[in-house]
Formats: sequence, C-alpha cells, structure tokens
Amino acid sequence: MDDLEQLRGEALRDVAAASSVDAVEAVRVAVLGRSGQLTQRMRGLGALDPDARRETGAALNRLKDEIAEALEARKAELGQAARAQRLAAERADVTLPVPPDTTGRIHPISQTIDEIVAIFGEMGFAVAEGPHIEDDFYNFTALNIPPEHPARQEHDTFYLPERADGSRLVLRTHTSPVQIRTMLAQKPPLRIIVPGRTFRCDHDATHSPMFHQVEGLVIDRATHMGHLKGCLIEFCRAFFGVDDLPVRFRPSYFPFTEPSAEVDIGCSREGGELKIGAGSAKGQQSWLEILGSGMVHPQVLRNCGIDPDEYQGFAFGMGIERVAMLKYGIPDLRTMYESDLRWLKHYGFLPLDIPSLVRGPLL
Amino acid sequence: MKTTVSWLKSHLDTSAGTDALVERLVMLGHDVDGVEDRGAGLADFVTARVVSAERHPQADRLRVCVVDNGAEHIQVVCGAPNARAGMIGVFGHAGVTVPKTGAVLTESAIRGVVSRGMLMSEAELKLSDSHDGIIELPSDTPIGARYVSVAGLDDPVVDIKVTPNRADCLGTRGLARDLAATGIGTLRPLDTTPVPGKFTSPVTLRIDDPTACPLFLGRHIRGIKNGPSPDWLKSRLESIGLRPISILVDVTNFLTFDLNRPLHVFDAGKIARGLTVRLAHAGEKMLALNGREYALDPEICAIADDNGVQSLGGVMGGEATSCTEATTEVFVEAALFDPIRTAATGRRLEIISDARYRFERGVDPEFTGPGLEIATRLILDLCGGEASEIVVAGAQPEWRRTYALRADRPKTLGGLAVPAAESRQILETLGFAVEGQGGELAVTPPPWRGDVVGEADLVEEVLRVKGYDDIPAVPLARDTVVSRPAIDARRRRADLVRRTLAARGLVEAVAFSFISEKAARAFGGGDARLRLVNPIAADLSVMRPSVLPALVEAAQRNADRGYPDVALFELGPLYRDDTPAGQINAAAGIRAGRTGPRDWRAKPETPDFVLAKSDAIAALAAAGAPADSVQTSGDPPAWYHPGRAGVLRLGPTVLGHFGELHPDILEAFDVRGPVAAFEIFLDAVPAARAGRARPPLRLSVFQPVERDFAFIVDHAVPAETLLRAARGVDRKLVTEIRLFDLYEGAGLPDGKKSLAIAVTLQPQDATLTDAEIEAFSQKLVAAVEKATGGVLRG
Repeated sequence: MDDLEQLRGEALRDVAAASSVDAVEAVRVAVLGRSGQLTQRMRGLGALDPDARRETGAALNRLKDEIAEALEARKAELGQAARAQRLAAERADVTLPVPPDTTGRIHPISQTIDEIVAIFGEMGFAVAEGPHIEDDFYNFTALNIPPEHPARQEHDTFYLPERADGSRLVLRTHTSPVQIRTMLAQKPPLRIIVPGRTFRCDHDATHSPMFHQVEGLVIDRATHMGHLKGCLIEFCRAFFGVDDLPVRFRPSYFPFTEPSAEVDIGCSREGGELKIGAGSAKGQQSWLEILGSGMVHPQVLRNCGIDPDEYQGFAFGMGIERVAMLKYGIPDLRTMYESDLRWLKHYGFLPLDIPSLVRGPLL
Repeated sequence: MKTTVSWLKSHLDTSAGTDALVERLVMLGHDVDGVEDRGAGLADFVTARVVSAERHPQADRLRVCVVDNGAEHIQVVCGAPNARAGMIGVFGHAGVTVPKTGAVLTESAIRGVVSRGMLMSEAELKLSDSHDGIIELPSDTPIGARYVSVAGLDDPVVDIKVTPNRADCLGTRGLARDLAATGIGTLRPLDTTPVPGKFTSPVTLRIDDPTACPLFLGRHIRGIKNGPSPDWLKSRLESIGLRPISILVDVTNFLTFDLNRPLHVFDAGKIARGLTVRLAHAGEKMLALNGREYALDPEICAIADDNGVQSLGGVMGGEATSCTEATTEVFVEAALFDPIRTAATGRRLEIISDARYRFERGVDPEFTGPGLEIATRLILDLCGGEASEIVVAGAQPEWRRTYALRADRPKTLGGLAVPAAESRQILETLGFAVEGQGGELAVTPPPWRGDVVGEADLVEEVLRVKGYDDIPAVPLARDTVVSRPAIDARRRRADLVRRTLAARGLVEAVAFSFISEKAARAFGGGDARLRLVNPIAADLSVMRPSVLPALVEAAQRNADRGYPDVALFELGPLYRDDTPAGQINAAAGIRAGRTGPRDWRAKPETPDFVLAKSDAIAALAAAGAPADSVQTSGDPPAWYHPGRAGVLRLGPTVLGHFGELHPDILEAFDVRGPVAAFEIFLDAVPAARAGRARPPLRLSVFQPVERDFAFIVDHAVPAETLLRAARGVDRKLVTEIRLFDLYEGAGLPDGKKSLAIAVTLQPQDATLTDAEIEAFSQKLVAAVEKATGGVLRG
C-alpha cells in the first residue's frame, strides 16, 4: 500500500506542478494512460487472490478517481487563467465611433403627400392621378373657365406648341382636371383626392413654376356645404396636430365651384414667431389661407354628364408645399427644388417613418 | 381695389369702425389684403403758424423761429430754407417721436439757443422722400389742429382683393351695397338726376359693330375751364394711389373707382366730325395716352373719327384727342364694351388699364346713362360750361334673367336652413328682384350682377350674407367602419421603391419637370412638341425626357458648394411625348464622389456601375419585378459609358438602364466622374401576381451541400450567360448560385478570365450520395462549357 501512497503523492504533485493544459495531459497519460502507472497496476490485479483483488481494486479505483478529479480541476484552473489572459489581450477601445449613418431621406413634399393621403384615406377618399400635359378642355373649359374668362388669364399657363388643328396643349395649372377625368370615367358616388405636380408661369420668392397641389372631390346625392366644413376642419386639425385649431371659411370665387369658400387656419404671430393654432386670449387671432373649396358648380357636373339635380358634392384644392412649409417651419419655397443635400438631410424624413393616423406623429 | 373708410361711408350710412367694416368685408368674400393707416405715428403733430423767423446768432444756415401752436408761443431752431414768418407748418413738440428716425424730440440748446420742438418735413413724417424744406400748409389752415385730420390722413386705406366675378365691387359703392345687406349700415341714395341738355351735340355717334359695343352714349360739354381738381377730389384719388391730373381726367377716374363706371373724355375740338365704333383695320396705328404707339388689327375695338382711330374702346384713349389744361369743350363717352372683345384688345396690345379691367369683367348695363349724368354734373360743377343733349348709338342689351330658388336649397346645398322670407329679404337688399312665396322664389339678379347665373349662385348670396360661420360643420360619413386602401397597387409599389431607395442611402430630391434644351438633347429628348412656348427661363424650357439630367445638375451644384459626395434619387415623371401615355413614372438615382466620408472602419468607395445596378435591381424588386428573371445587356443609351453600363429587360420590355455616365455628359454638365446612375420605368414593371398568400414553403430535413466550380472563359463572355446556364441545370435541386470570384491576370492565358461560382444543392427526399453529386457536377460543367465555350479550371 505504501507503493500506492507514493504513487498518489507523486501524481498529485505532478498535477499541481503542471503549468499548461498540455502538461496536465502529459500527467494524465503517465498515470492514467494506456500504459500509465496506475493502469498497469490495474492490469496486475488479475494475479491477486479474490480478496486481495477486491481490496486492492477498490483502492486503485479510489486513487484513479482522485487523480482524475485533480487533473480536471487543474485543467479548468489553467483554462480559466488562459481565458483571462486572452480576454485581457482582446481588450479594445469601445469609445471608437461607429461608421457614418448612410440612410437617405424622404423629401418633405413626398412625406406631406403621404400624410395628407393617410388623413383623407381615413375619411374614405382614394387617390386618383392624371397627366401633367393637359388639353384645354380638362384644364379649363370643362371646369367652367371659357377661353375669355378673366380667371384664365390669372392662371399663368405654360403652353406647348400649337398643333396642326390650332389647339394648344398646356401644362396643367391645377390638379382640378383630374376631377373632370374622374367624373367622366366613373359614376357617383365619388370620393377622390389627387396629389400631384402643377405648373404656372410664375417665379419669385413665393411662386415656383412647378409646385404640388392636392385636389379633393366628393360627389353623391346629399353632401352639402356643412360636410365640406366638417371634412376640411377634421383634415386641418389632424394634419397640423392641433385639436382646437380654429378653421375659418370665407366666401370666395372659383369658376368651378358655387358656393365657394377659402379656408383659413388660425395662427398667432406673437413675438414674431408664427405658431399654428388659436391665438392667446389677449393676442389677436391671425389667419393663414391654406385651401380653396366649394360645392361643385352645376355646369361642371353637366360638362361631365352628371345631372346636377340628382348629384352634388364639394371639391377643394390645397398647395402641398405651403402646408408642408407651415407644418415643418420651412422658410423658403424655392429651396424645395434645389436638391441641396444639406437641406434635404435637414428637412427630410427617415424612410421608415411612414405616416399613419393611428400610430400618430413621430415626436 | 383700394378705397378708404370715409369713401365707403360716403355710400354707407354706418357708425361701424374700421375693424368691424373690414371684418364684414372679409366674411362677405372681399378678402382684405391690408389696411393702411396713413396717419399712424402722426397723431401728436399739430398745425402751427410761424410767428417770427430770425437768423440764428451763431449760424447763418439756421433760423430761430417762434411758433404759435394755438395754445402757446414756442421757440424752435430750424434749418429749413423755407422757414419764414407767416407760414403755417407742421409742429412736433419736444416729447413726440419722429416717424423717420424713431427718435424722441427733446428740448435742447442748438448752438446756444433753446429749441423746444421741430417744424417737420414730409420726409421726417415718412410721407414722401421730399427734403424740400418743411411742410407748408395753405394759409386758411386752422392753427393747433391735428395734422392728420387737416391732411386727410386719418382715413384708413383698405386694399381689397375683389374676386373676378364681382365686377360690381370694383367701385366703392358696390362694396357699400354688399355691406349694407348684412345690416351693418344702410346704402345712401345716389343722385342720378338727369342734367337737361341745352343744345344738340355737334359730335355724332355710330356703331358699326354692335357685338363689340352694343351701346354708346355721349355728350358734348362746351365753355368749360379745365384745371386742377378741388382738394376733396384730389385727396380721394391720392388716397388710393392715383395721381390727380386735371378735373376732366380726375372725374373719369373718380367715377371708375367710385361707381365702377369707366368713362372717356375726348377734347371735342380735336374730333373730326363724329365718332364710329368699329373694328380696327389692319395697318392702322394709334398713339395712346400712355405715350406708346400701337399697331392695330381687326381683332381690336376702335373708336375712330375721320382722321383715324382716336381711342381703343374700353381699354385706353388716344393722345391726339386727349384733354389738356387748354381744353374748352369735351365729348364725354359712356359706352358698354363687350367683355370678350375688350379682353382680347387688351391682351393683344398688352395694355392693362382700369377701364379694361372693368369692362372685361362686365359693367352694369343699366348704369351707362346715370353714370353719364353724374359725370356731366361733376364737370359742370367744377369746370362750368353747358351740356348738350345725350347722343345715343345702339341699344341697351337685355340683361334680365330669372332663376328659381327652391326654399330648401340653402339647407340641402349650403348646409344652413334659412327661412324663405329671410332669403328673400337678403336678396332684395342686394338689389335682386324676388317674386313668389314659400317653396320656390323667382329671382331676377340686378343688372350689375352678371355673375349670378343660377340657383347655386343665389344660395351663395344668401349664405355669404348670413355668414359661412353659421353653417354647422357635419362629419363626412364613411361607408365602412374600417378604412379602405386609399392607394392602388401601383402607387403602393412606388411608395415602396421610394422608401427602399432612401433606405439604401439615397436622398430624395424633387426637381422641375422641365429642363434646358441642351440637357434634354443630351438625354435623348428635345422633341419640338415638348418645348414650352413661354418658359420662364431657357434652362426650364423642355419637358424632361429623363429624370437624370436634373440629378446630374444637382450633383454638380452640391459639388460646387463643397459637398461632392452625392447620392440622390427622384421618383417622378418623364415625358416621351405629349400624350397621357407618354408620361412615364420613373425612379432615377445617381451617386457621385465617394459612397461616404472617410472613416476609420467603413472605407468609402467610388461609385461604379455595380452600385448603380444594385440600386436599380433593389428598386425593381420593390416595384414588384421578378428581380431574378431580369436580364442585363451591355447596350446602354448614349448618355452612359458604352462599356460600363447596361439595359435591364424582362423579355422584350425595357425596365431601365444603369451604369456609369459617359465622359461627354460629365464634361457637358461639368461634373467630376465617375458618376453611377440608374433609371427604371415603374410603369413598365408588370403587375405583381394577385393575392397575398405566399407559395407553400417546403423545409427539407436533409443537409444542403455546397460545391464550388471555377471556369476559364473568354474575357467577353458575360457572367450572366454562365450563371443562366448553371441555373438551368436542375432548378429543383439548386437553391442558390453565387458568383464568388472573378479573376483575370497572372496564371491565366491572355484574353481569358476565371469565374468561380458556389452552388447550393438542397435535396428534398434523401441525403445526396457522392455519386449523385458527381453526376450533377458533370451535368453542370457540361452545360456551362457548352454555353460559354469555357473550360472547368483544373
């Protein structure tokens, strides 16, 4: 047994002395390996009588377990140290900046169109579109603007060259021709909005030769001016996100609506800063014109083959740039079209920021 | 249209103040652009007499004046050369603020002499730029009076945006009539008593073309003395920015802005016999009152005498027969000119005049005679003389029209229930004649309301006088409880393209639909039918054949500003012809400079055709195109680099182009290259398969196997040929083929390249055996070698 005790002492000393995983393995092979010291003794058991064999075998097994355990423990100890060393060596500077964000932006005009569509969509409107190069009938005549009508002169129309038959195509001066196209193609009830490009021969600080409008049209048997007010008040409050936004309807004139109304929203200009919403109690309520609207003129309905004694409804038109500028504090119309990257990144929107009424604005 | 509050009150009997009148005008449909209080800041200045003016003992140019402001004598030092004893000026006492400088006047010693105020110049009061000394008031001006009252500056000027339909409101009386209908005051009666004629006019009248001018009245007035108008008339005209000229001219201007009755006065002594209204003859010319000579044509309404055209009917008079200070006899014209002819005349000659503006909108046909009577009386009152009987040519056209107004229409069209009796009362105050009771009224608009042509107009009249504020807002009922899609599949796809491109790092731009002709030609356009007749600038003159030129120009501008790393896209129209079908929705993008800023980790790259192709394919996939089936060919349009650009097709359909721009384009647009660009045509993408359900997904339980193959092929062999051949070998077994290496150079024969692909095999029914894999490999190698003429790399 002394022999065993000596083996134990030597083996455990070797384990403790092993300074690497490989050294531990070498100890294992020397003691527990195929021809290891302990293994050989196990083999020698066969030569002993049964009692001695049982006794010695048990002792050998105990020793084997003890050494194996010591080996594992030493191995784990060495592994941990090695990992700690590796981790220390892997230490990096986590204050390094991240790569630049290269996400692009959505233009405020596109985003605003999506916002407008989201609101009118909730009120049952569907988007319709039409061509930018229009003929006189759709852009003017069918809208109750005959050739000599003074309103036609105020439209600052862009013309394309005269054709063989003497007619001239125009760039549409408003989105209203799509009213005509829709009424000629579909039967009432109708509820459409038409966002799109429009063109006027005018260029200064507040006018651009191209801009965007959104047109709205509702035709059915019962819609009246009260509905026009209800619909547009709802829109203005939802769009500007001001629940108590004052909205004012003023009589006005458009050849294609009767009665007609301009729509103003309330604002205050206290301290030189424009704020959309009700003026404070002592500050005066100011107004900003944002929309033209009215009940569709009976002659326009007739021009589209719709009987004005049976159907009626309202139409409206709004400048998209104007409401975008008011909502997002964009000071200059012309910058919208300059494609200045600094401007686009400042006023643009993240592509994943998709307007939705139920999800609300991204604040 | 400008007027003043006191002018309005000359027609409207009311105690309402400026704010109330303005508010009421706005809510009647007469939007007010501005209210100018010309007396603002002048309230503290009073009239004062200069009692004495002595030379300053210390300064030759200064005077020591003693001023009487009605209450006391005050000493001031004044530098104005016209300061003298006896004159009446405008005095500001120490303590008042000088409008021009904003400084408060203080009592001070000027070169040793105490000055307790200031005699004011027009410039100091911001009334004009005139520095011609201090203001001198007429000698009968009361002393110690508020200067604003004396000068008539306490009468606010109201600038009204009269809508094109309301010709009647281009005269102050029309506005007063509208105001009266709301109950804010009552319309004062207008004296139209005829002036009896004393003799027969020597000037005769004839109308040759009654369509251009159905009615022409005229009157000869002799023995007159022209001269400056009285102060009340000058002040009226000056308040709305008109320059007083002489009584005869001022009277016609006054009637224009007071009663919307344009008139013309000829110097009767310069008319050769009579006047004829006719269309001008080709070749006729006339020197107009604005000093310009106009060449006339038969579209133009002319008023001529034996010497030729003397006036452009309803637009502008002629110089030859114009009135001067020396005029002693006049012929006053009050005519009715056709709106369309007047507009055509004005537009053809590019003359904008107050008369044209009114005639083309339509003036009151009944008021031709009364207007002439009022003008006659004014001229006789101010210039003396005697008037002839009225000469008449033509006849007053019939203007009476009657429309039914159903009693419920204010409610069913306007959303506001108005009792029939109230509708009737409103219409009558506006001058409409109303017959009938109860369910239906028969309404005849007054002669000045040519704009009212049906029941809807009558409803508007009732509503705007009641006030739109009274209409209750009603929610717009919806057919369905839950929202329905507002946009169709095509627009939904376009939205996805837009947001996909932005997510890929491109910034969305919105550019004009028109570009320069040079740019259009460079990108395959320039069709004469798409050239604007009246562009605002040469660089915005042709409908764009491509979205790209605007983006290239934007890249150049951004680079010029110091931002050369550009990634821009636009979703917008291009125009192939002038038909609706020729307008194509496109998505185009460009990348120039580098793909990002210098970074310690993400190294920026130079954009190339592969990046452009990636953008294009991503956009096509977002648009719903089967991106795996898109074919690429190296035959790009001329604006691309011929060897580094391509066309994307589905069968025969061109979906778009991509690649690096041609050096010629870069040079023409002054941009530094390379510039990678793409343009895809959203309308060319076939509609996606209907239905939302995805095809069934079979997830195999067996391990996929990946095998690599490298082929040596001719340099010119397109990679797509190799990939297509490989894909065709076994579409069921192969789930993915990726080109993972492209090599040319050392170790390969000249003109050859090596293309290496990784093929993923996914068995569905059993693990692949080595023999099966080997069989597949042989088939693939054979197919590729056959398609490309290449060989497997050993």
